[in-house]
Amino acid sequence: MKNIRRWGPGLLMVLPSILLIAVFVYGLIGWNVKVSFSDWRQAQETTGFSTVAYSELFPPGTDPAWTEAVKHVLLFTGAFMIGTLLIGATIALLLDKGVKGEGFFRAIYLFPLAVSFIAAGVVWRWLMNPAPGDRGTGLNLLFDKLGLDFLANEWYLGPDWGATALALPAIWALSGYVMALYLAGFRGVPEELREAARMDGASEYRVYRHVVFPHLTPVTLSALIILGHISIKVFDLIVAIGGKQFITQTPAVYMWILIFDARDYAKGAAIATILLVAISFLVIPYMIYTVRTERRT
Amino acid sequence: MTTTSAPPIPVPARRTRRPRGRRAAALSFKYVALLFFAILILLPLYILLVASFKGTAEADPSNAWALPDTWTFGAWRDAWNQLRPNLANSFYLVIPATVLSTVLGSLNGFVLSRWRFPGSDVVFLFLLFGLFIPYQAVMIPLGQLFADVDFPSGIPRLAFAHIVYGIPITTLIFRSYYATIPEDLIEAARMDRAGMLRTYWSVVLPLSAPAFVVAAIWQFTSIWNDFLFAVFLITDPSKWPVTVALNNTTGSLVTPYNLQMAAALLASLPTLVVYILLGRFFIRGLLAGSLKG
Repeated sequence: MKNIRRWGPGLLMVLPSILLIAVFVYGLIGWNVKVSFSDWRQAQETTGFSTVAYSELFPPGTDPAWTEAVKHVLLFTGAFMIGTLLIGATIALLLDKGVKGEGFFRAIYLFPLAVSFIAAGVVWRWLMNPAPGDRGTGLNLLFDKLGLDFLANEWYLGPDWGATALALPAIWALSGYVMALYLAGFRGVPEELREAARMDGASEYRVYRHVVFPHLTPVTLSALIILGHISIKVFDLIVAIGGKQFITQTPAVYMWILIFDARDYAKGAAIATILLVAISFLVIPYMIYTVRTERRT
Repeated sequence: MTTTSAPPIPVPARRTRRPRGRRAAALSFKYVALLFFAILILLPLYILLVASFKGTAEADPSNAWALPDTWTFGAWRDAWNQLRPNLANSFYLVIPATVLSTVLGSLNGFVLSRWRFPGSDVVFLFLLFGLFIPYQAVMIPLGQLFADVDFPSGIPRLAFAHIVYGIPITTLIFRSYYATIPEDLIEAARMDRAGMLRTYWSVVLPLSAPAFVVAAIWQFTSIWNDFLFAVFLITDPSKWPVTVALNNTTGSLVTPYNLQMAAALLASLPTLVVYILLGRFFIRGLLAGSLKG
């Protein structure tokens, strides 16, 4: 405490940000939870406690739209994570040893990150137009012209797997990001380690398998968590491609419809709370882990 | 052809014994694979460009993959006329919000890495959580709060939200960056009895240009591309930023697709230009976002 002259000004400087975050992150989250436990529908806010919103969401199956939305986001997440990780890691492997024009390739792979999901959605909706082959547009037409008709499909309007098609634009957008993460990871492995393994007669394949990959667990973890938290709340992309259609709805889109069309604030807030809880399960352990490792080094 | 059947990673044979032919094959396979991915990534851009330069008569889905017979700027002109007010809104929003949140991030980052106070690590975690929250979880009360306190509606609300919710990421970027400034420099300033503001102003700030560029690009791109806040907080269509206007124009079935594509490109142009000019800083911001600064 006697050093307050030393650290006092620092605290004072950060104080406005602390207060803003306290109110607008933590305070509003609390308020949102409160709304979710109210019966605020149509009319102005009510104050009573009610679990009506949650009772319409649980148990699964109670509300078909919600069940579908959850199913869609799970499918989307699976396809998105697997696709992005595989493509990102593959490109990073291809670039790792250094190729001519690396900067050029990297610039291409990363450019989708500068484009909004709304703009990307415009072109992807057109590319994934569900009309078949010769009458089709976009990819179905391209497949038809290339003689790959068997690849033509209904894309995001497919009744069972449509949500995985919605993941394509997201994979397109974020593979470059995963590539950048892995490339940084690969190059963080000390060259001496690789060299030592080679001296012991390890093939290049084994160098990667036993020396490089084990170093990449933290990178993979970061990538999974970042992709996961993007995926759980996916909104813009779905709106841009599917609008408000039932068949493409995700929880975030459903929440938006509930608020703007049905004016069901309590249920919208309940869905927002569920999204927050799901993301917190992913992120909080990760944050603690990262800060601990940072402290150790 | 060995090029298509070779595995994507260096051939599992001993490096020193690998015959020349196989090495060349592996190398050319690499380029083929890299080109393949590049073409996939560029495919949507090709469609956007080609379609946006077609005239309305030529913009028929059946020849969508072909280059335009005659290149016209008609669709671009229409898109410009439709989106111009919203592009202006986006600039009014993005510029002040980017500047303010970057300055806040710089001050926070400096204190939390170089002028710590008891509990500053806990404060950092406290701020950092804001980086990951789904904004849906604050959206309903935020709209309500703005209405309750009569906050000036339209762009000011949106700018305020982006500044507040930008604090975590900008603080993180600057904190990681300042951690690399040698402690000696700060200590020397302290020895000279320089106060916090003086140290920041004359020692730290002059070194901060790269971090300012990284944070500003990050904020510029994410605020420009934001749709969620805008669609929840702005009800007056004349105040919409360009993302909402774009979604509104292109969502309509009567909009010809050459116009849709031109509009999508036009709305993306500012962030694409920033990316092309300052790409390497952009990548640094990305990696900072993964907490690995």
